[in-house]
Amino acid sequence: MDNCLRNQTAKIAVPKRRVVHERLPPRGRIAAMTGAKAIEAAEVTKSYGDVKALRGVNLEIAHGQCVALLGPNGAGKTVTTEIFEGYRKRDGGDVRVLGTDPNHGDRRWKSRLGIVLQDARDLTDLTVRESVTHFSSYYPNGRTSDDVIQAVGLVEKADAKAGQLSGGQRRRLDVALGIVGRPDVLFLDEPTTGFDPEARRQFWDLIDDLKEDGTTILLTTHYLDEAEHLADQVAVINRGRVLAVDSPDALGNRQKSQAVVQWLEDGVQKSASTATPTALVGELATRLGPEIPELAILRPTLEDVYLRLIADDGGDLNIPTVAGGGSRG
Amino acid sequence: MAEATAPTSNPKATLRMPTTLALGWRRTRIELRQFFRDKESAFFTFALPMFLMIIFGSVFNTEIAPGVTFAQYFVAGMIASGVVYTGFQNLAITIPQERDDGTLKRLQGTPMPKASYFIGKIGLVLVAYVAQVILLGIIGVLFFKLELPTEASKWLTFAWVSVLGLLCCTLLGLAFSSVPKSGRGAPAIVSPVVLVLQFTSGVFFVFSQLPVWMQHLASLFPLKWLVQGMQSVFLPESFASQTTGTDSWQLGQVALVLGIWTIGGLAVALLTFRWQSRSR
Repeated sequence: MDNCLRNQTAKIAVPKRRVVHERLPPRGRIAAMTGAKAIEAAEVTKSYGDVKALRGVNLEIAHGQCVALLGPNGAGKTVTTEIFEGYRKRDGGDVRVLGTDPNHGDRRWKSRLGIVLQDARDLTDLTVRESVTHFSSYYPNGRTSDDVIQAVGLVEKADAKAGQLSGGQRRRLDVALGIVGRPDVLFLDEPTTGFDPEARRQFWDLIDDLKEDGTTILLTTHYLDEAEHLADQVAVINRGRVLAVDSPDALGNRQKSQAVVQWLEDGVQKSASTATPTALVGELATRLGPEIPELAILRPTLEDVYLRLIADDGGDLNIPTVAGGGSRG
Repeated sequence: MAEATAPTSNPKATLRMPTTLALGWRRTRIELRQFFRDKESAFFTFALPMFLMIIFGSVFNTEIAPGVTFAQYFVAGMIASGVVYTGFQNLAITIPQERDDGTLKRLQGTPMPKASYFIGKIGLVLVAYVAQVILLGIIGVLFFKLELPTEASKWLTFAWVSVLGLLCCTLLGLAFSSVPKSGRGAPAIVSPVVLVLQFTSGVFFVFSQLPVWMQHLASLFPLKWLVQGMQSVFLPESFASQTTGTDSWQLGQVALVLGIWTIGGLAVALLTFRWQSRSR
């Protein structure tokens, strides 16, 4: 049933106009970096040989906000994140994270970041508790291992070696090491890959707690429901540029765009796209009697809006990898 | 969620950062814990030299000079090799693996200073070496009539040759860690280097019996001098001519060559050490 709705709603037209959030600095000009935001990026470029990985990324994240970075594989999510984290050097543009250029971040600056990377396979010979305790000692005000292990739900596995953990448990250890230093800014690169639904819910609760504590979070994910649940703002990135930044509800004029009304008339399934669904339903009620058979009013989902944005950007080639379940293994 | 206003001052600015030395000590402890739990590295570092010594010592247990058996000669060579195993081979293999599995990238993203990481490695090498020497020493004394020196001066020589050798090999290990492209391929690249040096530096064969060109070639590398230094500790004075062709152990030259390689290793390590794989 859910799939059926998806297929219907995918046809809904999202305005073709390129949606760029008005808070973005104007293109071609590097706005003055005030340091008032937790993360500021203006016109960030990065090339690898002939490949332009980033073609002018603009992004601002206010203190305490949770922003989800969405985009197909190869869109530039990880490159962007790793430039913010100080792992990679940008070719052009300007970046400030907590008021500091990541290229020149010192120890104190690093002590205010929490980083959860993709694909970690380290620490296999240490127990969860040993790793958490050890990494806590790096920070001036690290959390206790018991606190962190509890927060990520690994209490039963506290004395198991990381090499013996399941994929989801292993990922929770990564998250534990990301939050052990009480970060002001937390970077999460596909944190819930390999989680079962229950573990994902628990993880969401953990992120909600961190948000309540005022932690700024930049999250990359392939799960649109995750972005919808966690993020205050969603930034869609494709081919090295940020296409749109908005709240999950408002992205791509989601709530204002046309709705699709479906009903059954003379045994035939009918549907109509309209900006005024209430009026249409009223008309149908008059025509078809008090109860309209199989009535449904559908709005574009975040996934529809996302796919449309990518398609409009000419990223058609990338769509199959995303549409195929919306998740990468 | 309401947008919080930017904090005017960082409340964490007053918190004290842990010192480099304190974290170096913590790194040492965690390195040791991981090292002794990893069966592969434990095998490479402890079991292999032990087996080699028992096999070689048993097969070639003949007198190679008055009062010197090959087994005794071999013990000195293996202790010198221990410096290379724990310093050079161990690091040159494990660091590329750490680069591959994300260890180094994770550490790079934390406030732990690079120097603390190096202190941890040096601490690991030191402890592993001491453990190995004790193990080899016990086997040597129990089975192969190794005579431990009684003069303090010999132990002093043992100490400085060990420390300088370890420093040299640790830095060369850090420098060489950039050579293997992947952690998986590292043992295949590093182990032959060590093995060839052992063959040409007089560990497996009596040095004076090697072809002259091989002796000259080996003299360019640190292991030959490490072996010579260890022989001066564990073999009688009269044996010096077998290795050096003179009446003396040439300890000055030992110090000089190891010193040059140490400085070279330091320079290369500083220039080439990478936290991340080249592809990133």
